[in-house]
Formats: sequence, C-alpha cells, structure tokens
Amino acid sequence: MNDDARPDPDALLAHALAEQRGKLKIFLGMAPGVGKTFEMLTAARKKQQDGLDVVAGIVETHGRRETMALVEGLEILPRRIVPYEGRELGEFDLDAMLLRRPKIALIDELAHTNASGSRHPKRYQDVEELLDNGIDVYTTLNVQHVESLNDVVASITRVRVRETVPDDVLDAADEIELIDLTPIELIERLKEGKVYGGDGGERALQNYFTPANLTALRELALRRTAERVDDQLQQHRLRQGIRDIWAAGENVLVCINESPHSEQLVRAARRLADRLNAPWTALYLETERAHRLNETARDRVAATLRLAEELGAETRTLPARIDLADDMLDYAREHNVTQIVIGKSRRPRWFEWLHGSVVDSLVRKAAGLTVVVIAEAAEAPGEKLAASPLQFDAGPPRAYAESLAGLAGVSVLGYFVDQIINIPNISLAYLPVILSAAIRYGQTPALITALLATVAYNFCFTEPIFTMHIASAENIVALAFFGIIAVLASRLAVRLREQTLLARAQADATATLLAFARRMAGIRKLDELSATTAQEIRNLLRVDAVVLMPDAAGRLAMRGSAPAAALLSEADLAAAQWAFEKAQAAGRGSETLPGAKRLFLPVRTANGVVAVMGVSREEAEFQISAAQRRLLESIGDLAAVGVERVRLAKDVDQAKVAADQERLRASMLTAVSHDLRTPLAGILGALSSVRAYGAQMPAAERDALLLGAEDETQRLARFVSNLLDLTRLDAGALVPKTETMQLAEFTRSLLQRLKGSMGAHPVSLKLPQDLPALWLDPALFEHVLTNLLDNAAKYTPEGSEIEVIAQRHRFTITLEVRDRGPGIPPDELGKIFDLFHRVRQGDKARAGTGLGLAIARGFMQAMGGSIKARNRKGEDEGGGAVFEIEFPARLIVLRGQTEIPPI
Amino acid sequence: MSHSRRLALIVEDEPAIRRFLRATLVANGYEVLEAATVHAGLTLALGESPDVVVLDLGLPDGDGLDLLKTLRLSSSVPVLVLSARDAESAKVAALDAGADDYVTKPFGADELMARLRVALRHRVQLSGDAFRYEANGLVVDVVRRAVTLRGEAVHLSPKEYAILEQLARHAGKVLTHKHLLDKVWPGATEADAQYLRVYVRQLRQKLGDTADTPHFIATESGVGYRMLVG
Repeated sequence: MNDDARPDPDALLAHALAEQRGKLKIFLGMAPGVGKTFEMLTAARKKQQDGLDVVAGIVETHGRRETMALVEGLEILPRRIVPYEGRELGEFDLDAMLLRRPKIALIDELAHTNASGSRHPKRYQDVEELLDNGIDVYTTLNVQHVESLNDVVASITRVRVRETVPDDVLDAADEIELIDLTPIELIERLKEGKVYGGDGGERALQNYFTPANLTALRELALRRTAERVDDQLQQHRLRQGIRDIWAAGENVLVCINESPHSEQLVRAARRLADRLNAPWTALYLETERAHRLNETARDRVAATLRLAEELGAETRTLPARIDLADDMLDYAREHNVTQIVIGKSRRPRWFEWLHGSVVDSLVRKAAGLTVVVIAEAAEAPGEKLAASPLQFDAGPPRAYAESLAGLAGVSVLGYFVDQIINIPNISLAYLPVILSAAIRYGQTPALITALLATVAYNFCFTEPIFTMHIASAENIVALAFFGIIAVLASRLAVRLREQTLLARAQADATATLLAFARRMAGIRKLDELSATTAQEIRNLLRVDAVVLMPDAAGRLAMRGSAPAAALLSEADLAAAQWAFEKAQAAGRGSETLPGAKRLFLPVRTANGVVAVMGVSREEAEFQISAAQRRLLESIGDLAAVGVERVRLAKDVDQAKVAADQERLRASMLTAVSHDLRTPLAGILGALSSVRAYGAQMPAAERDALLLGAEDETQRLARFVSNLLDLTRLDAGALVPKTETMQLAEFTRSLLQRLKGSMGAHPVSLKLPQDLPALWLDPALFEHVLTNLLDNAAKYTPEGSEIEVIAQRHRFTITLEVRDRGPGIPPDELGKIFDLFHRVRQGDKARAGTGLGLAIARGFMQAMGGSIKARNRKGEDEGGGAVFEIEFPARLIVLRGQTEIPPI
Repeated sequence: MSHSRRLALIVEDEPAIRRFLRATLVANGYEVLEAATVHAGLTLALGESPDVVVLDLGLPDGDGLDLLKTLRLSSSVPVLVLSARDAESAKVAALDAGADDYVTKPFGADELMARLRVALRHRVQLSGDAFRYEANGLVVDVVRRAVTLRGEAVHLSPKEYAILEQLARHAGKVLTHKHLLDKVWPGATEADAQYLRVYVRQLRQKLGDTADTPHFIATESGVGYRMLVG
C-alpha cells in the first residue's frame, strides 16, 4: 500500500471543519460602482425565494436607486449606534446577528474598520465570528483592499487605502464571485451619476477612474480571482491525495530589516510564493545596529514579521554575524531556499563604497540561487531609525584616567627603552592601551584614547621630541598611519565588545529560561506554577504579568500575578477568555479587543489551551516587540510543560488512589461473600440434609445437625452485626456511652457466655486483685473482647490454650489475649488491624475475620484506649500471638470520681 | 438395587459443613472418613482407598488443589470439589487437575448426592473398551465411529466428531475448554476457545440441540461443557 497517496489528514480535517463553519461568499470588484452590492442583493433575494432565512446586517446602498429597490422585502438588522467624536455612527450589530442566527447574513464592505470600542477592530473579524457560529455570509470587497495587493494598487492609483483585508480571509472564502465591468461601462455609469451622487463623480473621474487605472485594477481583480481558482484546484488535489504540490521544490526567503519598505518586500514575497506554490520564510537578521534602533523602528520590524506571519510565512529572527550576505546564504542553503527576495535601498554611492552593499555581495556569492532584488525608494529624509554608531557615550571618568595613566606609562617606559635600544616602531606600544579602552569602555573612550595616543606618540617619539612639531615628511606619514591604525583597531575592538555583550545577553536569557525550567520541574501545585510563571515574565520582560487558568467549573480565574494582587477589568477578562477559547492572542496590541489594558497570550499544550498569560505596563502606548513576544511564548511553552506535568502527576495519583480503592473493594467483596457464604453453606447443608435424609438418620444425628445450623445462624448474625458496627464506625456516628465498669467482673461473665463458641480451647484468666474500675462503654467493650477471643479461637489449633491477662502498670492498665497459634508474620503486624486484612487471603481463611480486629480497634479508639498486636517470644517459648488492650490513665476511675474527664 | 457399602472421604475444615456432609453420606449408605487438613486428607486418601472423595479447596494448611494433584499421580478415584461461587478460575484449575465435578457453596444435600452418583457412574463408563453412549435417542458408537439420532445417521466433520466423542466418553463430567482443546486441537491455547464455541454450536445444530434447554450438551459458563446423562 502506498501511504503517500493517502489524502493529507490535515487537508481532510480542514475540509471537515469548513463544513461545520458558515460559508463565505465574497463579491469581488475592481472598483466602487461595479455593482457588487447589487449582485449580492440579487443573489440574496434568490436565496430568500428558495425559502432560506436571509438577514441584511449591513447594506450600503449609497443612495443608488436599483440597489435600494432590491433591499425592500429583506429583513434588515437595526444598526448599533456608536457615539464617535460628537457624531453618531451606525455600526454592524454583531451580537444581534448572532442572536438572530439567520442562515445567510449580508455584510457589505468587508474591509470596513469598526468604530473604536467595538469587539473587533475590523469588520472581517465580525464576519469570521459569524462563520464560526455556522452562519453563511455574503459580503463585498474591492480589490484595492486586499492586503497583498495594497502596494500595487497604491502604485497604480496613487491613492493608498488604509483599510485592508488579510489574504487569509480571501483564501478561506468558499466562493468568490468577480463582478466584472469594462472600464468604459464603469466610467459611463459614473457619468450618469449612478455611483456617486452630486459632483463627487466628476472629481473621482479625474483622479481615480481613469481608463488606465481601471484597466490595471481590472487585471488585478481578474488575476486574483484566477489565483484563487488555482488555489481551489490545489486544495482539491490535496484532499484527493494528489501529491507533488511542491513539485518545483521552490522555497522563498525574504530578508527584512527595519526599513518601512520591508512590508512591501513581504507582500512581494508572498505573491512570488503564491505563484510558485512554494512555502516561504521571512528572515530578520539582528545586527548590532538592531540594539540601537529606536522604538518606532523596532515596532516596525515586529509589525513586518507579524504581517509576514499573517500572510502565511514562517518567520525567523537570527543574530547577524559579520557579513549579512553570508548569514542569508547560510540560512538559505540550510533550508533549501531557492529564491531570495531582498530590497535595495537607494543610498549615495559613497555610502555603498564605504560600507559595501549587502545586495551586491549576495548576488556575487549566491551561486545557484535566484535573487530577486526589489528597489526601494530612498530612505525618507529626516527619519533616523538608529542611533549613530558614533554616538557619544562618554563612559565613566575612570576610563580616561586609566587611559591617561596607561599612555603616560607607555610613553615613559618607551622613552627609556628607546634610549637603550632604538626600536623603529615603538608606536605599537600604544595599541594595547587603545584596545583595552575599546574593549572595556566602548566607542568614545577608545576614540579619544586613540587621539591622545597619537598626540603622545608625536610628543615623545617623533623628532624633535617633546614638541608637537613634526620635522620630517617621513614622520608625518608614520603618524598618519598610526592614527588610522589606532582608530581602526579601536573600532574592531568595539565591535568585538558589542558582539560579546550581545552573546552574553542571549546566554543570559537562555540561562534564565533554563533556570526557570528547572524551577518549574520542582513545582507540584498549579497555583505555585502560575505565580512563578508570572514572576518570571515580570523579571524577564519588565512588565506586569498575570496568569489565568480555568477553575473546576471551566471559568477563567487569576491564579498568579506579579506584582501580587493585580486586578482584571471586564475588558481584560473578556480578552483573556477570548485568548483561552480561540487559542489566539487578544487584548492590547492584538486584533481582538485591543481596548483591554493587557495583552493575553494562550499557553498551549498538545491537548489544547491550559492557561492564559497577560502582560501590561503602565504606559499609554504599551506594545511588546516580536522578540519579547517570542520570549513570552517560550516562557508560555515552559509553563505549559509544567502544567501538563502537574496534571499528569495528579492523574497518576488519582489512578493510584482509585486502584487502592478498587483493591480494597475487591478484598472486601471476597471477605464479605466468604464470611456470609460459609455459615450459609453450613445452614443450607444441615437443613437440606435433615429434610431429604432425616428419616434414615438416628435422632441424635438429626439434632446435632439442627444445632449446628443454629450455631451457624448465630455466627451469621454476629457477622451481620459486625458489618453494621463497622458502618457506624465508618460514618463517625459512634458516641460511646461511658460508665464505670469493673474489668475483672466483666471479663469473667463474658467468658462464661462465650464458652460455647470457644470450641475446644481452654481459656485461663489471670486478673490482679486490686484492679480499679474503668470508664468504658460495656456494649462496645464486649464487642472488642469478643472479637479478640473469637480471633484467637479461630486462628489457633484446636485444644491450644488461650490466656487472658490483666496487668496494672504505673499509670495504665493492660488486658492481654495470648494464644498458642502460629503467630503473626512480622511484616503483617502493622496491617493486621486494617479493614479486610487477612493474614491468609481468600477462601482459605477462616470465616469471620477481616472485620473483627478492625472493629475492635475502632471501638477501643472511640473509647479512648488502644490495641496493639505482637508475637510471643523469649520466655514465652512455643510462640503465639498477643493482643494487648491498653487503658490509659484517663480511663481509670479515681476514688470519688463520677465523670470521665474530657480529653 | 443393592449396592455394597462405599467408602467416602470428606476433606473439609469447617466443622459445620463437615458435620452435614457426614450425616448426608451416612444416611445414603456410605461409610465416611473425615479430614480437616491437606496432610490428613492425603494420608487417608492414599491409605484407605476410598470410593469417592469430597474435597474443599480452601484448607488451613494448604490448597486442596495440591492434594488433588498428588492424589492423581497414583489414583483415579472420583473427586468432587467444593468451591466458592465466584471462583471460576479455581473450578477450572480443579477440573484440569483431575477433579470429576464441582459443587458451588452453598449447596443442598440433594445436589451433592446427585453429583456424587454421576461421578461414580462416569467411572463405570470409562472402564469399558468398546464404549457406547446412549441417551435421549442419541447413540455414539466409538468402535464404529458412528453417530445416530433416533435411528438416523448424523453426519459430522472429523472435528465435530472428536468433540462429541470426548464429551460422550466423559458423559456427566464437566470438560474444561482446555481439556477439549488439548484433545481436539493439540497445541491450541486457551485463547482459541472461540473455535470450540463455533464447533459446539454446529454440533448442537446437527443434533437439534440448543444451549438454553440442552438435551445432550450443556454449557458450564466460564468453565467448559458437559454431556448430559439420561
């Protein structure tokens, strides 16, 4: 069987999910006015006539007559009124639609941005939610709003639309209907005033709706739809198990940086990857410059990476080494990349000549790879993304003191050495001082030291010495070269220092995570785990953190926070809930509920979301960078492993308890059924025997049988009463009715009564004369002693002696029952009083055990005494077991005492 | 019918049960020997050559099964085992070790005597060479390998016949799954008991028998099968 030809399970799963989801139909147009809304309404009317439940959520008729006519007869959902800057906006009412639950919802203008305060910032997210709830949606969209076409459209029309819809939404649509109109016809309609009322049409005609623009837009729309058809074919092939989709083996890599044009690169890469049917990756190389980037630039990198992710790329951030081109190529070769997309900025010639060009270097080295270079516009003037590498960070005064001392030392030493042996290149002696300053204190101190070294060299070593004059041209050249070497060497050392610092920072982060992972490994409780995680997030990211987990009822509750005692607002809770349910980021800086104070990220395990982490900072514009977010996700992953481990441990514990209970239940069943069955067998046998064969028996034999049946019945009754006692003990309902009792007298009369059931065992009684009275419940104590004697009689050979011995000790009194049986195996001594424990298990055990000792101990404890078991040894040759009841001092009745003292 | 006095050995540790066993057997004309331990039971069984042994499995100084195994090394005396209701595996082990039948506690005197009679008759049948089973119109002639039901020949496959012959030879005795498998499918394990079930079903069909109201083959659930006698 060929496994490869099997349908991809993921594709089938996605297909199955899509079948539960609502269906999305997009009416795509090249420009406003082509009749998308009209077509949508027409289609909706047709469905309505077919008997389907259609509700219009949002329909923008723009006052067009034909369109308005179509709306009539459709149920229209009232808009939600949102106050906005003094005006009132009518927004789509998502909750009302969810409540109304029609089969098909009409939502015009997919690219619309919702008024702030709405659940989702974008309308397409509203639509997603409708689809998730199984409602079919008809919607309209113009091609310029498609995310990946945004730039292209802007370059054609010179109008940039801010409202975009991610390509994912288009890709996920079940149907896309292209509403096509020739440019001439559209312009005609515009002139007739059918698109814009008033003179809006005239203005639009001149700026936007030129035949050239429209033709280009139309081509875009047609091509996008064609791609989509291609995509559907591909999906179909995947579902059918037709492989070889990546036949070309293409793999696209796009390298981005902090430039605003990176977004354009990402879009271009996406289009390229789409056309090639190839997977693609966005790579960001973190150079030392990355650490000097200002906040705007950092956010832009994060946004670009996020955009790439949204467009379906994998994203990677790697630290750069010396040569960016080498880094890119290494990555490309390791990951079988076939095409590299890179931007080329328009920089002055001299800049490139000085710094070299990554693109040139890449093209030169990229043998066998396709390099797609996309020219960028010049960097916007005035925009400074990174602090200058020559920034003035003076460093501590100590740096200069050390440098001056070093230079002076070298100068003096060099002077004297020079007197003795003439060294031609004594200037080299200054380099260690410069390098030391560079490595230890950075850029500025190093440069100044280099300058000072040049001066010192001039002063001390060039003729005429001890002046700043330079006599010979030879020396001028030497000095100049020394200056250059000094500066270059210091630059090199500084770069080394920065890389070391960067590596150390990364090592620190790794070490911190590792330490965190270790700490997590020792945690056994979810609350502790949550608190540790929150603390860790706070330490690493310098933000306030909370961790939420579902409680027993499945509702999210805060389980840990740093700093302690954080409060969650309604909006925060809603965002957390969303993040938990949808396994997506929500809250501040995300696409869902951005009004919340915190950003929430799900903590995922293989079994789904187990917790939510929330981070915040007391800043209005709080956002976390991509790197921070990744760090946060790593912490989340570790926390997830921790949660999983704690849960597994709990499951194992529960399983163990359950197994113990099961074992106890089984042994209880065996014990109870054996103890019930044995007397029953005797009774049934005796009675049936007398009935069937009584006539053939002598009278004495018959009587003996009946007497036996009677004894067995009593035994059964005793067992049943033991069972009842046990339930009383179990339920904790046992309250002893204590009274003063003479132990000697009581024991004697009990033995008298038990004579019959002690069989052939002779019982000897040893009681001292002066035994005081005891506080005991006579009924319970009778059970205790009876069970002990019963036990002794049952477990010992017939005819062996049983002794009952009372003894007075200094503070206590003991009563022992000693037998001459086989004794108790040493490892059983501790368990012998456990419920249903039998020294010899199963059918072989004598009836009536398993409960007696447990009951004896339970009753004795209830009365305030105790029972122990031991084996006879030493002077007691011949072996046997001893059960010792101990009455502590408080059970001994003092003279004149009438009440038992409280415990 | 007058029969010579038979000697029965009771091995049971519960005095009450021992007492009624003795009374019942004596009333039915047996002479009775009693033992309460494995050791005493084995001594009497080997020394006195009883005609039948009633054996309890749970004994204070060991397992009745051990007694049975030792006894079977030198004796084929019919052995009736007393066992607990919920110990199916113990019954099977006892039957495999050579017990002739079992009685589940608690049991009545009538049931005990019925089982004893069958066990004794069964001995008689095995002793004949040219063995012939005949009951309820079914005749199994081992010499001719012929099976007839109310005078008409019944056609059986070799396996079906092998099973029927085993059951008929031990008519009245419970044969465990293992015993039948060993005889009919040498090398089969207990996990193959479903083959047996299939063949027994076919066999019953050909004999016009049903599992619910059997005339010939009775199911002893969890243990095996038994050919009914008369």
